[in-house]
Amino acid sequence: MLRRVKVLRAYPTLLRVGFAGAVAYRAEMLVWMLTMTMPLVSLALWSAVSAAAPVGRFGQRDFVAYFLATLVVRQLTGSWVVWELIQEIKSGALASRLLKPIHPLVAYSAENIAAIPMRALLAIPMAIIGIVSGGGKLPHDPPLVAALFLSLFAAWFITFCVMAMIGTLSFFMESSYSIFEIWLACFMLLSGYLLPLELFPEWVRRVTYALPFRYMLSFPVEILIGLASPAEIARGLLVQGSYCVGSCLAAIVVWRVGVRRFGAFGG
Amino acid sequence: MSLTLGAQYRWDFLVQGALSVVWNALGIVPLYVALHGRPPVAGWSYEQVLVVVGWFTLLKAVLDGAINPSLTAVVDHIRKGTLDFVLMKPADAQFLVSTAKFEPWRVVDLVAGAGILVWAFHLMGVVPRAADVVVSTALLLVAVAVLYSIWIVVVAAAFWVVRLDNLSYLLSSLLDFGRWPVSIFKGFVRLLFTIVIPIALMTTYPAEALLGRLAFRTAALGIVGSLVFALVGRLVWTRAIGRYTSASS
Repeated sequence: MLRRVKVLRAYPTLLRVGFAGAVAYRAEMLVWMLTMTMPLVSLALWSAVSAAAPVGRFGQRDFVAYFLATLVVRQLTGSWVVWELIQEIKSGALASRLLKPIHPLVAYSAENIAAIPMRALLAIPMAIIGIVSGGGKLPHDPPLVAALFLSLFAAWFITFCVMAMIGTLSFFMESSYSIFEIWLACFMLLSGYLLPLELFPEWVRRVTYALPFRYMLSFPVEILIGLASPAEIARGLLVQGSYCVGSCLAAIVVWRVGVRRFGAFGG
Repeated sequence: MSLTLGAQYRWDFLVQGALSVVWNALGIVPLYVALHGRPPVAGWSYEQVLVVVGWFTLLKAVLDGAINPSLTAVVDHIRKGTLDFVLMKPADAQFLVSTAKFEPWRVVDLVAGAGILVWAFHLMGVVPRAADVVVSTALLLVAVAVLYSIWIVVVAAAFWVVRLDNLSYLLSSLLDFGRWPVSIFKGFVRLLFTIVIPIALMTTYPAEALLGRLAFRTAALGIVGSLVFALVGRLVWTRAIGRYTSASS
């Protein structure tokens, strides 16, 4: 119990350190953010397709709003802990993190969260301009805004936990990066990153609503651009919450088992 | 020992090959949902866009398999100062650094690209004419030359600003816009992708040539333009190498 309290007290400091890091490497972060062109590539295709006639309930403007929102949500909820973990486990740099009195996963999460303000600085103005110029409305009644922030945080949390779990698999195997690539491929297809989920055939859409991927991207996007009804939002938040718990537990379990092997490696 | 290593790499090859198939299939899904069974968009039907995607896959394979790994190695050389050893060799430095490293398993991507092309023509039920195949192959070579020149310019920039490895990712993701025919872009963006970053030249023109609908003038202009690109690349490289001061000084 005492340890938990200590971690909580250290967390703001960790956030400050992480924020300073994000500011120091701002140019690099900007280039990384710019590499995320895929939503714009998709947008070009879909706006050309919908120029003639709307697709489902999506007109050209809806596609603009959708893909800009996708871009922004992905920027805000992104994590890169999987690359860091794999690299640090393989090079052994993790040892120095293990020496610190704070759980490495907690430290990683602080670094990730601390970078969000910098990313938001670029992403949020773009979102507002895109959505408003597309004739859309930003959510403004308090419960909806609260739901939006809640779902954004949960989306980040699931992303982080899954990435941490896959990264942790490096304790056991060489090819954890390939596993991450498979995960990423599923994510791109089933999270609404490449196309809105409702454009899939009905049964595929149902499957995607049960899988975790939607709750990492498409769900906050739907709230942001006003595609989801209150009942859908409530149901979605519930599913999202259970995926949060599940992925967090999975990450912790894999970490506990894996870190013992790491100790064995060091001799 | 070497046998285990070999087996290890064979496994790697299999995994990477399977992944490459997955990624390529993934690129086609949105296209299928968007265009299949709909009237042509901006003058392109689903099958015709598939031809563009096929060229894109081929080009991406060349980029990831032959161009990118070597040039990443150069940036590393510059940072560590080991480029001296390359420069001391009695051969052209640009040639040496460009052929430093290959990723053989990208061959799977080449096969996938060719497969997409064959499939697209199978769907259309036509066989491309021999002359069209020649022209589009020539255009592919030209496209590779342009891509390579752009990368050389980027690497040359590493002589001035050392920290650069993520810039190559940025360029890769820009190339993603070459997935679709350039005519689906509008106005300024289209101009940008035709002239400044000639993505149109790289994927759309070869595809149009293969479909037998590229005007001769456009092809000729494309070839001339890419020669200019290659020249500029060479020029920038020689100037940049003159500025290289090694790590010690």
